[in-house]
Amino acid sequence: MKSYSSIPSPHFPSTSRTASTPQELARQLASTRRDFLRTAAGLALGSTLLGSSPLVRAALAPKKRKVVVITFGGGARDQETFAPEGQENIPHLMGELIPQSSFFSQVINKGILGHYVATASLATGVYESFNNFAAVPPANPTVFEYFRKDLKRPASDAWVVAPSNGFNRIGGSSHPSFGPSLGANVILPKHLLTAATATGTDYEHLLRDNYETPLYTPQLGGSEFELHQLESILKLSVDDFRTRARTLSSPDELSVYIVRQLMRQVAPSLLWITMHDIDIAHAGAYSLYIDGIRRTDRLCADIWKTIQTEPEYAGNTTLFILPDFGRDSDDDSGGNGFQHHRTGDALSRTTWMMALGAGIRQGMVFDRPLQPTDLVPTIGSILGFSASLAQGSPISELLQLS
Amino acid sequence: MIPSDLKPEQFISYPPEAHNLAANYVSALQRLPLSFVPSLLREVIDFDFKFPAERKALEKELANLAALSPQQVKEWFGPFEQIRISSQLESLDWVNAPALFVEQFSAHLWSTHQLDAFRAAATEYASRLQAVVPVEPPAMPRLGIAVVGQGVSTYDQPLFRKLRAHGTYYSHLTPENGLQQLLDAVAARAKAHPDPYAHWYVDGGEAAPHDPSLTCVSYHALEPARAALSSKLRVELQRPGMGPEALRTLLAQMRPADLGLGNAGDPVLDRFQLKLLTEGSGTQIFSTTFAQWAAREALRRAQPLTLLVRFAPRQRQKPMNELLSGNQTSVEFDFPGSLVDADLGAYYNWLNQQRLTGADHSSFVVWFEGHDQAVAIGPGLRGGTKSDSAGNLRQLLAWAS
Repeated sequence: MKSYSSIPSPHFPSTSRTASTPQELARQLASTRRDFLRTAAGLALGSTLLGSSPLVRAALAPKKRKVVVITFGGGARDQETFAPEGQENIPHLMGELIPQSSFFSQVINKGILGHYVATASLATGVYESFNNFAAVPPANPTVFEYFRKDLKRPASDAWVVAPSNGFNRIGGSSHPSFGPSLGANVILPKHLLTAATATGTDYEHLLRDNYETPLYTPQLGGSEFELHQLESILKLSVDDFRTRARTLSSPDELSVYIVRQLMRQVAPSLLWITMHDIDIAHAGAYSLYIDGIRRTDRLCADIWKTIQTEPEYAGNTTLFILPDFGRDSDDDSGGNGFQHHRTGDALSRTTWMMALGAGIRQGMVFDRPLQPTDLVPTIGSILGFSASLAQGSPISELLQLS
Repeated sequence: MIPSDLKPEQFISYPPEAHNLAANYVSALQRLPLSFVPSLLREVIDFDFKFPAERKALEKELANLAALSPQQVKEWFGPFEQIRISSQLESLDWVNAPALFVEQFSAHLWSTHQLDAFRAAATEYASRLQAVVPVEPPAMPRLGIAVVGQGVSTYDQPLFRKLRAHGTYYSHLTPENGLQQLLDAVAARAKAHPDPYAHWYVDGGEAAPHDPSLTCVSYHALEPARAALSSKLRVELQRPGMGPEALRTLLAQMRPADLGLGNAGDPVLDRFQLKLLTEGSGTQIFSTTFAQWAAREALRRAQPLTLLVRFAPRQRQKPMNELLSGNQTSVEFDFPGSLVDADLGAYYNWLNQQRLTGADHSSFVVWFEGHDQAVAIGPGLRGGTKSDSAGNLRQLLAWAS
């Protein structure tokens, strides 16, 4: 369960209350994104042009199909990203990735807005309802378990790179028919770095486990990737890892470095990366939140470039980028604007998703409402497994060419 | 336990005035649903430490609840009655620990997907209450002032982008002695309407000399309290079983004396400052966050007539490579980052001021400290305009009013 005390208070003095319903607000948000994208990037509106894009990618190379999922940083709002005033913060998404993508302007999260539980919901296709701050596995099978069980894939073919200790159980569920033995390997780069640099130096200001509960680090209790596996699996010595980390400016940069090592050394078919630098917003410093968005924008482009240049991935990989949810609106008096995601208002629930790469139409915008629970069934349709217990549905607009 | 079981003697552990208030209205509370009452008691239990505006609002709300007919109670609280509550929540001691109940109730609403229904119920209730018990207009038009950019010598990015749409942008001001002029103006307003907690000065650094009639909160003055809090948390986090929920409970139970507050003879302000540090996220480490949150809470709770907030530079967030280099140096400041923080903080100050009564007549000024740029918002100024008028900060306030 989520444990925030800032539920809407009947006793909060306010004279400024919006008359719009959450549904209307969500539609307005989507409309703003769609209009902006159409004018800024020259994209086509998918609902009217479905099947007629001249930019359809050529037939796929006969290589093993791969999927990479990036969760965009732990919540960013429209006004700092896709709204006109926010576009300066996402030059790579706008200039490089969106023109190559199918963009969904209205992804509405109806679940709990805590990062671990929301990411777990993304990974299971079911709105999970466990304690966001407890190190527990999801109750429902994850995409990794469906993938490995149905397609009989080895453990080395599904990986998660995640930001904080709280995510260490996300690789496999507690479902009796599935479970961690069918799950993904989970790497927690910050945990590894802490282990590799345990010399008493005070790094806690940066290497704090997460930003939702900055004073508290959950104990690890799963089968997380350990330091000695750096050498055996990623072909990376602890010294090299430490040296490289000294050149990087943030935990997300460290995650992307690990992702590149994974792609080169292991080349998993299903790879899930959770960013979280943006969530520094919880500390209330707007400039650091903006810095986080700009960094995440750049890192998404870096991963896309890696996908295009690594022989195991080039031409046969579909990339999904989506936030787990948004952040509170400036207009909701119960919140404090960008700082948190506690009110459950429309802005904090309404996000976007882009898909690009193998089998994806380029330059398309779709504004029908989706839910984040649709992601897992869609990946299932692309890779050829059945997400039988997921609540969502495959996104038909992405399966025309797959 | 459910509200219909409430008895006056159950409030015996409340502070004196809160006890009397709750006991006087126990029959009104008995008629209300459990999804509503603890959040009201969370306000009541702090009654002795509330600002005058809060006390007045709470007394009026309770009086209104007592005056509702049985049919009106059904109409007002029907949506709250629809909220499902677990037996585990019912068994909590929500009379003596209403804040703890609200925290766990919040978790329950999220996990049972009832948050939207609760939001709708809360919004409807607030609208009904506002219609029946309107908040009094302010004794004088409100004035908000934000001073941003302390220590920034040059800045080439556009400032005040969000506020410009609502007022007039000035770029030919005379900055000399500007802060003093603003503080003098605030002091003059305090003398004109000397109500308690009606005129505030929040400083994200060390407070400048100011008139003693102002209610003053500063990041610098709270440094010992921040250090004490940090020290206590380090100890508590080592205890077995300590987790986020236990930590929040611990913070909620702290008293001003636990952090060395309480020597100024103002228990209301002491409690306010304690909550800034224990309930605010980031207020302990970033002065810009502290200033913005202090302003937000002052506006929400004390509903001041005048609020001057001076943002100060916050400590720089060191990138990972610097931290890993092991060269720990003294605290450095992030001047341009702090200006960006403060620019948005000023916008939030204005938004929060506009949520109070008298918004149509209120004024707001944001000034780039030591520079010639400012935005003024007021009844006589059109939004999205620019002015080449020259003048000092005193004149800027006059244009805004």
